[in-house]
Amino acid sequence: MNIKTMWRHIKESFKSIKRNGWMSIAAVSAVAVTLLLVGSFIAILMNANKLATDIEEDVSVRVYIDLAAEEEDRIQLEEDLAALDEVESIGFSSRADELDNVIGSYGDEFGLFEGDDNPLYDVFVLNTTSPELTADVANQAEDMNYVAGVNYGGATADRLFYIMDTVRNVGAIIIIALIFTAVFLIANTIRITIFSRSTEIEIMKLVGATNWFIRWPFLIEGALIGFIGALIPVGIISYVYLRGFDTIMRYLSGTYFALLPPQPFLYYIIALLLGIGVVIGSLGSSLSIRRFLKV
Amino acid sequence: MIVMSNVYKKYPNGITAINGLDVKIDQGEFVYVVGPSGAGKSTFIKMIYREEMPTKGTVKVGEFDLANMKLSKIPFLRRHVGVVFQDFKLLPKMTVYENIAYAMQVVGKNPKQIQKRVLEVLDLVGLKHKVKMFPNELSGGEQQRVAIARAIANMPRVLIADEPTGNLDPETAWGIMDLLEEINNQGTTIIMATHNSDIVNSVRHRVLAVENGRIARDQEQGEYGYEH
Repeated sequence: MNIKTMWRHIKESFKSIKRNGWMSIAAVSAVAVTLLLVGSFIAILMNANKLATDIEEDVSVRVYIDLAAEEEDRIQLEEDLAALDEVESIGFSSRADELDNVIGSYGDEFGLFEGDDNPLYDVFVLNTTSPELTADVANQAEDMNYVAGVNYGGATADRLFYIMDTVRNVGAIIIIALIFTAVFLIANTIRITIFSRSTEIEIMKLVGATNWFIRWPFLIEGALIGFIGALIPVGIISYVYLRGFDTIMRYLSGTYFALLPPQPFLYYIIALLLGIGVVIGSLGSSLSIRRFLKV
Repeated sequence: MIVMSNVYKKYPNGITAINGLDVKIDQGEFVYVVGPSGAGKSTFIKMIYREEMPTKGTVKVGEFDLANMKLSKIPFLRRHVGVVFQDFKLLPKMTVYENIAYAMQVVGKNPKQIQKRVLEVLDLVGLKHKVKMFPNELSGGEQQRVAIARAIANMPRVLIADEPTGNLDPETAWGIMDLLEEINNQGTTIIMATHNSDIVNSVRHRVLAVENGRIARDQEQGEYGYEH
């Protein structure tokens, strides 16, 4: 096919969208509404996932150092802990620091314990390479010399991880289900607009048009409807996300938590929505006219 | 030009529409096809442009062998066979101009050739002044003229008219008839299925009476009429 013919098909599809008026508007709105739903859910769920990860990463393993440990024992222990593959970083917090934390959180009454009365331990604070490894690291640390005890939130942390995993899985399922729904809805809307034009296709065949000559304008029309339909949610989601990001981040400042930055996250969503629109639009229309082209 | 021999057509529902039909039509003829409803007239007509395929027998139109033709070749047959219907079958969302131009774009003609020829055929059917109108803005007779203009735009060797005057008042019907005569005079074969006895009896041509799926009468300069 030469460029002139392609150009004719493109012009023809624009004309057809215009002349089909309400049908085109209906199809575009259906695509827009569906993709708005898909896009919003993805934005929300991806951020929920991000927060879950932030929370998990906030969980650290606290290794209490035996009071009997000498300086070299402590250095040895630190080296042993650092040697573990799962350990990402090690921080040290002396018993005095620990007490300061307690005083900071619970009040000056704890000031009584300062100096030799301090009942607390020196602590190594470990961060693991991946949150699921926390319990594992804790177990290994427990067996080392001069370890008075290990704490990582134990059952509480395990439960947190479990909930976060559930949130993640359910989110993934919802997103997949939504994308399927979108595909189905968009393909069906376009199908209906084409069904109403079956006589048109029949006449085209009668005057000797080849199947591809009939198919191209429909295919381009479907892609255009998908594209235009996707532009609307893309605009809304971009605007709301940028606004919402600024507002929410202000509340989250000073915490470990953060939303996904609009760059590049918004670009992915925009690409995804436009992609779904165009691919489903053109696919939906070419599949629907197939049955009319057969006879 | 058109040769059918020993043609049978049995539909999936068991009805045999064509039952051993033989006919030969030469280039440039004008042929009426008459017969009662359900006699196989429509099936006979539809087999010429491969809307229906014979169950048995051979159908040849020019160099096309319709019984053994690939589906992908159908469009090319239809470019040699113009068809006009009782219900016009114009593309409702295209203007008069675009309707005719479409048939030529399909063949791959360039816009210049298309413009020239569209205006030429519209002039022939007397609707040059309505190029920009849509089919629903035209009268029945005018729509049929556009359909005829479209059918002859690619200069087909055969023009099939399936009850072209069926939906029109007598006066308009005569206008359409004059037009078909003129097209025939330019060398195009015309095959016209009709129930209009006035026309058949006044403008005498070869008459094929189809009954029970066969040609019951084949008469030069024939009259309208059939047994049942």
